Amino acid sequence: MQLESFLEESARRFPDKTALIFDRQRIKYSEIETRCNRLAHAMVERGLRPGDRVAIWLENSPEVVIALFAALKAGAVFLVLNSTAKAEKIEYVLNNSRARVLVTDCRRAHSFQKHWSIVPHLEMAWIAGASERIDAQPIGKSQASLSQDFEDHALPSSPPEKHAIDVDLAALIYTSGSAGVPRGVMMTHLSMISAATSITTYLESTPDDIVLNFLPLSFDYGLYQVLMAFKVGATLLLERSFTFPHLVLEAAVRERITGLPIVPTVISLLLQMDISRYDLSSLRRITSTGSALPTSHIRRLREMFPQAQIFSMYGLTECKRVSYLPPDQIDTRPTSVGRGMPNEEVYVSNEAGRRVGPGVIGELVVRGSNIMKGYWEDPVETAKRLRPGQYPWEQVLYTGDLFKTDSEGYLYFVGRKDDIVKSRDEKVSPREIEDVLYRLDGVAEAAVVGVPDPMLGQAVKAYIIRRAGSNITENDVLRHCAQRLEDFMVPKTVEFRDYLPRTASGKISKREISP
Amino acid sequence: MIRGLVNELREFIAKNFLFCDEFPLPDTASFLESGIIDSTRVLELILFLEERYQITLADEEIVPENLDSIQSLKIFVESKLNVLPCNESIHGSVN
Repeated sequence: MQLESFLEESARRFPDKTALIFDRQRIKYSEIETRCNRLAHAMVERGLRPGDRVAIWLENSPEVVIALFAALKAGAVFLVLNSTAKAEKIEYVLNNSRARVLVTDCRRAHSFQKHWSIVPHLEMAWIAGASERIDAQPIGKSQASLSQDFEDHALPSSPPEKHAIDVDLAALIYTSGSAGVPRGVMMTHLSMISAATSITTYLESTPDDIVLNFLPLSFDYGLYQVLMAFKVGATLLLERSFTFPHLVLEAAVRERITGLPIVPTVISLLLQMDISRYDLSSLRRITSTGSALPTSHIRRLREMFPQAQIFSMYGLTECKRVSYLPPDQIDTRPTSVGRGMPNEEVYVSNEAGRRVGPGVIGELVVRGSNIMKGYWEDPVETAKRLRPGQYPWEQVLYTGDLFKTDSEGYLYFVGRKDDIVKSRDEKVSPREIEDVLYRLDGVAEAAVVGVPDPMLGQAVKAYIIRRAGSNITENDVLRHCAQRLEDFMVPKTVEFRDYLPRTASGKISKREISP
Repeated sequence: MIRGLVNELREFIAKNFLFCDEFPLPDTASFLESGIIDSTRVLELILFLEERYQITLADEEIVPENLDSIQSLKIFVESKLNVLPCNESIHGSVN
């Protein structure tokens, strides 16, 4: 079975059912299936080969969904890029993945104009949006309009011949790494089907679900909302973002949503609003992941939505989801992120790789067919995370997260082994930001840390020692970062210091930097 | 009429969201399309408007029609303050 069968099966079972609602337009399963098939044929006709990478750089929209399923149908591998990523990051990911196809819009294509010549593997582009062609130099060797192709009645409406099998690569999901460069998490059809099956099993997802998703589709939590809704034949209410909560909540009321996937930062925003005026009595299930849910948030959510079940969950891109706390346990052990999901085993391990008992802190290890196959073309980083399991063919995932369990095996997050920061529920690599800071004239030394923040979880803070004679300001630093980094990575504050504490080996000691 | 309203708005957006001294875009440019605001920045913008102009924004007023460009902000703040539109020039084309 391949991942695109989620769409194909639901289109067969529920052809006239609404699959996607976006900007008040309702798109049926049969319509999405037809559009994806036409686009897939167009991609194959233009030379896309099985295994090629198709990069999608768009804000949340039906076009992202159509492009990713079309890529799968053509036997290709999709990657959804963060819509707020800047040109330098896009260039890195396109080159790292050697994508042959880019699906984007005019605005982003324009912003990337200077970089086209340095992404040599990119051969084809599909442009989404109203003004479908960019007037500047064409991207790659050929350029086409996305909507013209998926509406082209000359192209077959049935799927192209299948090439992929379930052990083939389906997606690369780029995530921040401690080494400072993003890494492409390799997920096969089987890994993604397995993760989606486990999650829809414990959530008891049904075709009657109407799930609201405003999380970015470049983020696995957002992406899986599409995959899981399509797997069970549910309806997805897709929003661009949560920037204007009133509009999103109005749509949620209008469509009578039953499922609400959120992250703690969004809960903080919701708690500042008067939610009582929105009739969300249809809501049956709230899920949260990203970081542990503060107990005060849980209490307030229960007051606001007494009829809804709350699932507190934990995961990482490398295996999609690790654990969930059954809703009936949330009052008993609110700080736990639960236990492993169906068809997956998790345990806490010591440095020697042996399982430890309750109360002992160790690294969390995950077994299951949902785990990644490694980082794209990065055997060194892969070897740190994937190690031999109990069978000769098995590899298990060392998460890099420190955990302990209680006497009944419920998991409690303790901390990370590396210095990765979690801000706005996204993983932030201090090294990546420091590398950008060192490229600014006037920066002699830089250290980036996470500091506690009531809204963001952790806020990114940069400590800088200026070069002698330099008078760079906080604004200079922030502007430099904002032009190169995604919004969530841009430091919230900058502090200039005359010196920074050091370890015995001469490295900056982040633990000793007092805020 | 608020003297300097447009300039104050330009300056706030430039300094806090673009980290530069002058707002480089036309006053009709969409903040969303230009990638200038997101959910946390909207909160910062609201806080600024409430403190600087002593107004209170209801949830249903926090929508792109009111907050998505210098021009829409100007019209919105003036309507909240119930003042006559000022004669300050709006940069860029007004369609």
